[in-house]
Amino acid sequence: MIYVPCDSTAISLGANEIAARIRELDSEIEIKRNGTRGLMWLEPLIEVDTPEGRIAYGPVEPADVDAAMLSGQDHPKRLGDIETHPYLARQNRLTFKRIGKIDPLSLEDYQAHDGFKGLNNALALSPQDIVTAVKDSGLRGRGGAAFPTGIKWQTVLDAQDDQKYIVCNADEGDSGTFADRLVMECDPYQLIEGMIIAGLAVGATQGYIYLRREYPLADRIMRGAIENCYSEGWLGADIQGSGKHFDLEVRLGADAYICGEETSLLESLEGKRGLVRSKPPLPALKGLFGKPTVVNNVLSLSAVPFILAEGAEAYEQCGFGRSRGTLAIQLAGNIQQGGLIEIDFGISLSEIVQEFGGGTASGRPARAIQVGGPLGAYLAESDWNTPMDYEAFSAKQAVLGHGGVVVFDDTVNMADQARFSMEFCVAESCGKCTPCRIGSTRGVEVIDKIVAGEDRDNNVALLSDLCDTMEQGSLCAMGGMTPFPVRSAIEQFPSDFGIEATS
Amino acid sequence: MQISDSEIHQAIAPHAQLPGAMLPVLHAIQDRFGYIPANAIALVASELRVSKAEVEGIISFYHHYRRKPAGAHVVQVCRAEACQARGARELEAHLKASLGIGYHETTSDNEITLEPVYCLGNCACGPNLLVDDQVKARMNPDKADQLIESLRTQALEIQ
Repeated sequence: MIYVPCDSTAISLGANEIAARIRELDSEIEIKRNGTRGLMWLEPLIEVDTPEGRIAYGPVEPADVDAAMLSGQDHPKRLGDIETHPYLARQNRLTFKRIGKIDPLSLEDYQAHDGFKGLNNALALSPQDIVTAVKDSGLRGRGGAAFPTGIKWQTVLDAQDDQKYIVCNADEGDSGTFADRLVMECDPYQLIEGMIIAGLAVGATQGYIYLRREYPLADRIMRGAIENCYSEGWLGADIQGSGKHFDLEVRLGADAYICGEETSLLESLEGKRGLVRSKPPLPALKGLFGKPTVVNNVLSLSAVPFILAEGAEAYEQCGFGRSRGTLAIQLAGNIQQGGLIEIDFGISLSEIVQEFGGGTASGRPARAIQVGGPLGAYLAESDWNTPMDYEAFSAKQAVLGHGGVVVFDDTVNMADQARFSMEFCVAESCGKCTPCRIGSTRGVEVIDKIVAGEDRDNNVALLSDLCDTMEQGSLCAMGGMTPFPVRSAIEQFPSDFGIEATS
Repeated sequence: MQISDSEIHQAIAPHAQLPGAMLPVLHAIQDRFGYIPANAIALVASELRVSKAEVEGIISFYHHYRRKPAGAHVVQVCRAEACQARGARELEAHLKASLGIGYHETTSDNEITLEPVYCLGNCACGPNLLVDDQVKARMNPDKADQLIESLRTQALEIQ
């Protein structure tokens, strides 16, 4: 048996051509399409079943494929047992323990790797016991806001209503992040299992996955997985004969970054423009169609099956400070060894970039790292020892967000990056709050003036004032946090703006 | 080419009864015709019992929906930071110059429509393009030229 991954990254680097080449060389050989292991620089990474276990080769090009490779023998691209690779061996894969090992759509594979163990336990528990387990695990929302998941669930459980909803936020719009996509493309049943457990916990019978249109393959795989769950009795009116009911549907977004904000997402699901809602009321009390709604990120929901299978304590034992469990770090941008790193909170950025990443792809020195997506601060080298932990990052006016780490080398112009942050806000603001809608346009103009050297001191002061207004006068993080990358760029890299550094 | 009301009705009907049907209905129309035809607005409005202005407002809010037909292939350039760190700005400038069009425009031979996109989730392997529904990784100007060339020949073969 040969494993050839079928996720977007592997395919974008030629995995389908590799599969075709293997078939050409050996029409009998069994090919299993698994997901990626998350070591993106080694994709397409294929594995060959041998008596000694699975032997990996990568990155494979069609011309590399030969009889020696297909029988697990020596080859210049041979990597050996990929699980002993330091990049993987050092990780603590809980949510991502199955990716790369299984065929994403095989229920048999899923169950052979502990799939539905958490749900089977949950079916025997009371709703309150499930919520308590999630609370005790210390799980916090992995979308970026880091709100305790169990407390959100408790609010929805305590709300009295004839209809409640579970909404999965799969609008993974932050640049540098792809962990949600990996779950959906490589282990979709885990997300479904997490959503069913959430439904049991709070008394919701309908779930929606709000998925971005930019992920066409995740869409196809999720829909296939949902269909299989219906035919095998894992979804529907009587889950595995328990009498419990949960329905699930995928809904596609339409290219609006703001719809990753939970209230905007709910508006969009209701079929409206994705305008951000004022809170209160909390979505937990008045969410989708005005009903109590759990809105959780893909990774939060996907952490739940482990918690219910292995116990809250097993999850809570990992982590750092108030950040419990594991963080899915997505190492991206100008990096030699980019990929998915699931590890306990607390590791430093420089360990991630140097030890896992192996430095920049260009071979030039790294200069700036943006963590937490387009609304996250740019960090200069002096901050790279900060532990990856929600509180430690907040203390630096930075955010961990969804765990995206984007590395730039020394050719980056930080004034261009600051301008882009404002420009992105112009394109993606929902338009509800004036500071965000208009402020972003003014921000682009003021940065242009600063760079052009036009009345520089006054324009720098004006930009700072504008950032204050956006931070304080916007309803959501779009306007409220766009100033983070802008301010960090100008404060840490003033020379790029033509400003002399001040001590 | 005018798309008939009855064809549009066929696209709307399977989704019209869903809770929050608007986006699924608009997706169905665009997936089928490549854009949202002008006569679809009134049909969607009456089917979903909202005003025409609301339908217009929704279409204009979401970048994905298109009011006029696209070329034979849609090439979307990721403009987000992780791709910028790997040369997306140069790639973007090259594509605009070599195709002779800006974003949201179509080449005069009607083959390629160029659009920006903010993140395709392939951020460890940038810069990325989304060509129709296929992600193409580690692009550079040369590879992009070859890709565009192959898209143009592919279209000729179909004709």
